[in-house]
This record gives sequence, structure tokens and C-alpha cells, in this order.
Amino acid sequence: MSFLALTGIRKTFGAHAVVRDFNLSVERGEFVTFLGPSGCGKTTTLRMVAGFEAPTAGEIRINGQDVTHLRPNKRAIGMVFQSYALFPNMTVAANIGFGLKVARRPAAELKARVDEMLAMIKLPQLAERYPYQLSGGQQQRVSLARALAPSPQILLLDEPLSALDARIRVSLREEIRALQRKLGITTIFVTHDQEEALSMSDRVVVMNDGAIEQVGTPSEIYNAPVSRFVASFVGTLNLLNGRIVDASSGAIDIDGQRATTARKLNGAKPGDILPMALRPEALRIGVGGDDRNTLAGVIEDVAFLGAVVRVRVRLAEAAVIIDTFNTGANDLPALGAPITVNFGRDDLIPLLAH
Amino acid sequence: MKSGKFAAWAAMILGVAYFLAPLIATFEFSLRMRRGEYSFDAYRVVLASGNFRDSFFYSTVLAFVTIIVGVLVVVPTAYWVQLRLPKLRGLVEFITLLPLVVPAIVLVFGYIKLYGSSSILPLTATSLGADALLMFGYVGLGLPYMYRSVETALRSIDVRTLTEAAESQGAGIFTILFHIILPNIRSGILSGAFLTFAIVIGEFTFASLLDRPAFGPYLQLIGASKAYEPSALAIIAFALTWACMGLIQLFGSGVRFSVDKP
Repeated sequence: MSFLALTGIRKTFGAHAVVRDFNLSVERGEFVTFLGPSGCGKTTTLRMVAGFEAPTAGEIRINGQDVTHLRPNKRAIGMVFQSYALFPNMTVAANIGFGLKVARRPAAELKARVDEMLAMIKLPQLAERYPYQLSGGQQQRVSLARALAPSPQILLLDEPLSALDARIRVSLREEIRALQRKLGITTIFVTHDQEEALSMSDRVVVMNDGAIEQVGTPSEIYNAPVSRFVASFVGTLNLLNGRIVDASSGAIDIDGQRATTARKLNGAKPGDILPMALRPEALRIGVGGDDRNTLAGVIEDVAFLGAVVRVRVRLAEAAVIIDTFNTGANDLPALGAPITVNFGRDDLIPLLAH
Repeated sequence: MKSGKFAAWAAMILGVAYFLAPLIATFEFSLRMRRGEYSFDAYRVVLASGNFRDSFFYSTVLAFVTIIVGVLVVVPTAYWVQLRLPKLRGLVEFITLLPLVVPAIVLVFGYIKLYGSSSILPLTATSLGADALLMFGYVGLGLPYMYRSVETALRSIDVRTLTEAAESQGAGIFTILFHIILPNIRSGILSGAFLTFAIVIGEFTFASLLDRPAFGPYLQLIGASKAYEPSALAIIAFALTWACMGLIQLFGSGVRFSVDKP
């Protein structure tokens, strides 16, 4: 039996359904991320788990208990908010100890737990400071410690890194993941940042327009996206229209050039047009061997991005982007020059037609 | 730059003069009781009066009770409107403005009609009932000021997220209100309390028509029958009112909730 189970969840505001037919099982200790663009329903789903929103239909179970209509303060959840939501009238220590105080834990136990949490977030020297005296990163650490202090069943994080600058964001996400692994707490993380989702999660739930598009490990989501939406939302991507030539051998026509995919064609027949995904980093410049696909075109644009040089190659109607490592050579490819690119048969990913 | 500074000083001096000149004139007149020389005779007479002490004490106690009841009525209402019923904000604001639109004399006659000795709830039949009626009337009079102060303070904090953060920590509605919301809107409550206090101390219509021994009717009585004492009384009342406001400020700023310390 899964630790957190969301079954047939639906949420409507008026006539508009913001979450539709949402089914998900999360195992104890798992780190699951809801990933999707703004308005896709990920935060609403998280808020239903927290109890801040009631589902219009469906059932939520935590550790076997039906909590669908249980008040948020009875669910034993810990929540971290994008805006930190620290209590301005309380010190850092009081903020962390709030949940324990509400639960009427003995003073000695409360103090010991607060000290433990302060040590865990490496901020014991800031115990008597007020939230306004802390940086954004420090506030979010305190918010995390406050959420974890009462030992909740589930930790919910609602875009906790969005308000932080890039460097702090990277270091804090590593800290959050390390803490989650150490404590083994079941965690739901909401983000619209695919890098955060891929780097932190055991599983990623990609959402679009209120429904789940795909659930899988970060590797599955990135390497085997099931839809155009997932493929384009997770990472940079070349989207090409492939006309099926021979479904059994995977032969495809791309802009008048022949290519082959080693992946299943989702039941497509010869003559069907199928969207195909091709990651920029899967492409190599030059002619490939017999087991690789080769396409010819001309260089349309070159962008120097530091570690990576991004080249756009015009095939005919379609164009593909290639990411190559910057090797230190001063000569960038010349615009308008003919070029051939190659990629593995497994790199050409057929997507669902919708 | 220099002309700007001069204009600022001129505006400030004008403003201070506008408020201080009548006070100084009143004070000066209150010292003239003894013919040909300045004295504090008028103050001695006023302070020796038992009626002054009793009426001021009565109004002060009534003001504090009014503030407490007002806070208990307004804060949960404004909080709930902001959190769960934002669409009702306009309606609630309209209701809170009614005491400014409906004259006090109309309100008090309405009260007497509703709670008179021949009504179902005859509050005016007993002294305590009339005191309670007066207090509730004052809560109504102070409503526009208390509601606006509290509502502005609530808008300056993220009520929804703070409430949800507290709920996720296991807190119920009373813990949230008293330990999270109230301490964070203290400045708004204090300014509402000041205004309510000032209204209650000098209010005449309600107290007079309900026949309560409040400071407002006493001021009116002295003003109608004496020459120098009303000026002394005005200065004393002014000083005492500010002292009480200072105490509210001191008390309000000093309040610390036990949960603040782990």
C-alpha cells in the first residue's frame, strides 16, 4: 500500500476544472516533484494534499487514513511556502518551535528539538534574530526547519526556491535533497523549473492543463517523453515532423531526408505524420556511421554560450539545434556553410500525435 | 533648495500654531480666575470636585471596555472577510461607515426604542444594562475608525499564507488569531484604540440621553454654568486623555505573547 494515494482527484473553480482525473501513489520516503507551467494545477493539487483546498471529487489517503475532508491542522504535514511565511512577530527559535508549542510538548523537549533543527540548517547563531533580519536563503532554511520540527508525515514544498537568486537556489536545493534523504521523509515538491525537478526527484509528475502528462524518473521523463508537451517542457528540444515510410523498420522521412528510429512508433501507419523529438546534445557534427542517421543542411546561426556552442542548422523547412562543447578553438562554424549532422537511431523519439 | 526648506519650516510652524494657539489661549484663560493675577484656582476647584473624578473614571473604564469589545468584534470580522469572504469587503466597509452617516441622536433613540424598559430586552431598566448599552453604542461609533485601522494593518501582512503556515503547524483558529494575527496588526489595533478612546472620553449625546454619569455630560454641565473651570477642565481632560493614550501605547508595545519564546 502506498504512503500517499491520490485517487480520482478533481478540482473545479466554478465551471473551470483546474485539476482533472489526478491519480498518483507515492511511496514512503519518496521525493516526488510536480512539474509544469503556471496554471497547470500543480500548486492546487499540493494544496489539496495539505488540506487548504477541498477536492471537488476523489480521495486522498495518507498512510492508509482517508484525509480528504480532514482539516489542515489535523493532517500532520509540514509545509514550506514560496514566500517563506515566517511569523514576523517571532524569533527564529520561536518560529521553529511554534508547531511543538501548539502540540504542547514539554519545554525541555521543545528546546532540544529547536536546537537540533537550528544545527541541522546550520544557523544556530541566528536563534534570536527576527525574520526581517535574515536573508532570503536563511529565511527559507528556517521555514524548512519549522516545517520539519514537529516530525510531520509528509513534507510539502510549494516552489520554495523561486524567490531566491540563482546561486542560493542551487545550494539550497542540494541541502533540501540531502536533508530529505537523511530524514527519509515523504516529500512533494512543486516547481516550474525542470532543472530543479530533474536534479532533486525520485519521480517527476509532469502536469499540463490540470492533468498528468507523464509520471516517471527524471531519466525517463528526459529521455523518453511521451508527448510533445513533456518533450518541449523538459529541456531544450528539436521538434520535427516525421512522415512514416516503413513502420516495421522505423524508417521515416524528415524534410525529404531519410532517417530511422529504433523506438516504437505508437501504432502509426505508413504516410502518417508523427511529431519526433531530438535533443540538441544528441546531435554530432559530421557524417555518422551505418548505425546512425545523417542529415544535411546549412548553418543558419551560431550562438556562443560559454561551455556550449549552439548551432542552428536549416534542413529545408525544418531546422535543428545542435549543442556542442566549447573545446577552446577560436573558430566558430561559419554562417551559410553546408554541414552534416548525425544522431543515434535511439535518439529520435516519436511522440504522441496530440 | 533654501526656499524649499523655508516653505517646509513655514508649513510646520503654521501647523503647530494651528493646534497650539487655541490650547495656549484656553490655558491662559484658565489661569485668570483670581482677579489681577494668574493662579491655578480653577484647577484646584475642578480637581477637588468628586463629580470630575467619578465621571472621568467612568468614561475611562468605559473606553477601555469599548476598545476590548471593539477589537474582539472587528479583528475576527476583518480577518475572516480578508481570508474567506473578500467579495463581501465592500458591503462590510459600507456597514462600518454607517455610524458616520446616521446621526448619534438617531442611533440612541433607536437603542432606547429597542432596549427600553417595555422591550423584550430591557437594557435601560438597570444601571448595568444601560452601561452595557452605552458601551455597545460606543463600539458602533468607533467602528469606522477601528475597522479601517485593523483592515489596513491586515492588508500589510500576508494573512492567507501566515494562516496556512500556522495551520500546517497544527494551530487552530484561536491560536492563529491570538498568536499570529493580533501581534502582527498591533499598530493598526493601537491606532483604532486611540481614536475610540478619544471618541468615548468626550462623547455627549449617547451618555446624556441614556442618563449615564460620563465625562461628556459633565463637561457640558460645567461649561454651561461656570466661567474659568471649563477651560481648566478642557486642559486637564486633554492631558489625561494623552496620558491614557500613552499608557495604551506603552501597554500595547510591551505585550509579548508567551509563544514568542520557545
